[in-house]
Amino acid sequence: MSRIAEAFTNLKRAGRKGFIPFITAGDPDLRTTKELIVELARAGATVIELGIPFSDPMADGPVIQRASERALRHGFGIADVLEIVSEARGETDVPVILFSYFNPLLQFCVEGRTSPPSKQIGLEAGLVRPGVDFEKLASEAKRAGVDGVLVTDLVPEEAIEFASVLKATDLDLIFLVAPTSTDERLKMIAERTSGFIYAVSRAGVTGAREEMNVEAEKLVNRVRRFSPLPVAVGFGISKPEQVRDVWRYADGAVVGSAIVQLVEKSVNSADVVIKVGEFARHLAAGS
Amino acid sequence: MFPASSLCECSMNAITQPDSLGHWGPYGGRFVPETLMAPLEELTAAYAAAREDETFQSELDQLLRDYAGRPTPLFFAQRLTEHCGGARIYLKREDLLHTGAHKINNTLGQILLARRMGKRRIIAETGAGQHGVATATVCALFGLECVVYMGAEDMRRQALNVFRMQLLGAEVREVDAGSRTLKDAINEALRDWVTNVADTYYLLGSALGPHPYPLIVRDFQSVIGREARAQIAGKENRLPDCLIACVGGGSNSICLFHPFLGDESVKMIGVEAGGRGNELGEHAARFNSNGGGRPGVLQGTMSYVLQDERGQIAMTHSISAGLDYPSIGPEHAFLHDEGRVEYTSVSDDEALDAFQLLSKLEGIIPALESAHAVAHAIKVAREMKSDQIMIVNLSGRGDKDIDSARNKIITEDAEKISRR
Repeated sequence: MSRIAEAFTNLKRAGRKGFIPFITAGDPDLRTTKELIVELARAGATVIELGIPFSDPMADGPVIQRASERALRHGFGIADVLEIVSEARGETDVPVILFSYFNPLLQFCVEGRTSPPSKQIGLEAGLVRPGVDFEKLASEAKRAGVDGVLVTDLVPEEAIEFASVLKATDLDLIFLVAPTSTDERLKMIAERTSGFIYAVSRAGVTGAREEMNVEAEKLVNRVRRFSPLPVAVGFGISKPEQVRDVWRYADGAVVGSAIVQLVEKSVNSADVVIKVGEFARHLAAGS
Repeated sequence: MFPASSLCECSMNAITQPDSLGHWGPYGGRFVPETLMAPLEELTAAYAAAREDETFQSELDQLLRDYAGRPTPLFFAQRLTEHCGGARIYLKREDLLHTGAHKINNTLGQILLARRMGKRRIIAETGAGQHGVATATVCALFGLECVVYMGAEDMRRQALNVFRMQLLGAEVREVDAGSRTLKDAINEALRDWVTNVADTYYLLGSALGPHPYPLIVRDFQSVIGREARAQIAGKENRLPDCLIACVGGGSNSICLFHPFLGDESVKMIGVEAGGRGNELGEHAARFNSNGGGRPGVLQGTMSYVLQDERGQIAMTHSISAGLDYPSIGPEHAFLHDEGRVEYTSVSDDEALDAFQLLSKLEGIIPALESAHAVAHAIKVAREMKSDQIMIVNLSGRGDKDIDSARNKIITEDAEKISRR
């Protein structure tokens, strides 16, 4: 059983629900990111989502866009992020997933190569492009202690080879489902995802919202018809009350922008880790 | 030499059709958040149905003729030909279309599609403003709400087009992120679409983005190449030897080229923006592997992308807002690897020289984008024989560029004078 599956199983046994915080790696700096991972784990995180900053985060709202910009100023790469996870592993065994856009992961796997990926015609969708070595990412991530990967702009149809390499390395690949997903898509995604299913609460980009709508609950109920896996809800959750509300129908609640915004506000203060820890304890308790 | 009928009909090569998920070889596809997958599937189905619907096609043909002004002339540029002293140069006059560029071909097609899908709100991105104007125009024509995203830098250098869009009733939203150009406008348009997907149609302006956009835009724009093919057959009774077009996202070029792809004797050259240098950030030449261009994923599609070694998308530069984009349509990536189309670039200065030369020799002020094609055409025509034929796509007119060209030309003249 993967560490993610185990985490949800333990929760269920204890009659509890999950809290999944998101932070952007390297915001405000990688040193702090490592401390935040450890602190979020202590605060009761079920799984931690570690965002890989990208120059063009088209699925993110302004808060995470700004976090990516701050992080990118440091000029680090995937290898440095993995190093941080590896260091955090000395202090916690909470599951960590990389949350990324596809291009930074893809380029990590073609680093140093400038030749075109293929001259072949008729390659099937999602099959590996020659010159792309996904095993490099999978094995290095595994070695660093990463448990899974979620790629915002990679749908299962385009992820066939990527998924098989991750599976062979015992890394979970978490796919998103959205209120717009048809039943046909929910079924297909449910078959291909592992670890848990991430349900996007509403059509839109990441970012806090005052109200959670009914779409998320409907979506979770729909996806349960196709999968026994735990379902976590994300996008728009920013307060403990909202976390508790999501717990009524889902197995976990993801909080991203609200935490990242707190990091942003505390960026020049020495107690950013303490502040995030305090907030995370409220979220993890749902009160 | 050839019977005229076969000259007019294009031999569609099977390899130019993507698979069902929009892949040309390893390129293209759909790299989008899950929220957009169902809408893209809906769009694909709606487009497939429209394509088979004669009423749709005849309505589009009528609009292209009576509203946009098609067919556009294929003009023999005699003085330019004499200036070069080589191939006979023809200009495909897309600059004469309503709104001043080829963009209207696509926006008319897509607005009919949007209406067919029952969408009331239209969003679009724009770089040079030509696609934004063409979108605002068709929205006015059909009485639909229109929001256009435009980078702050582009709004500055294409101020005339901003006002045109507003005059046409569109809301222009300034995008103050990243390089403040076309790429950032697309990010913002995608964010709008993912949020308002239920009632909103994203009218993408180039042969870019997730499937089916590269296919839809290519099909709607291919009227350029089909007309050019019939026109050159009528004038010269043979196929051209060379086609030249500028490549930003790649719609005007792919659409001139496409109906000729099966004709082996026709050489095709796409001209990218060489900007002001070869370093990453100084140009927008995606196929320049020494300049940071290599395969990657950006904004929904896999293609060549200007990026750093970590996969972060690079800043780009071009004097021409319409070519200032770090990626390129996926079909171009495929044709590049296949060796079917040659890609090259010309610098800001070369484009500006061609801008002035064409104005003086032919009385045609080209868009700075199209001036890139003209600049390279001049170099190539010189090396060709006088019985050979070249077609250059004059994708747009230069009115929108008068201010920025004037500033640059005045500055350069002042520098020349001060050096004397």
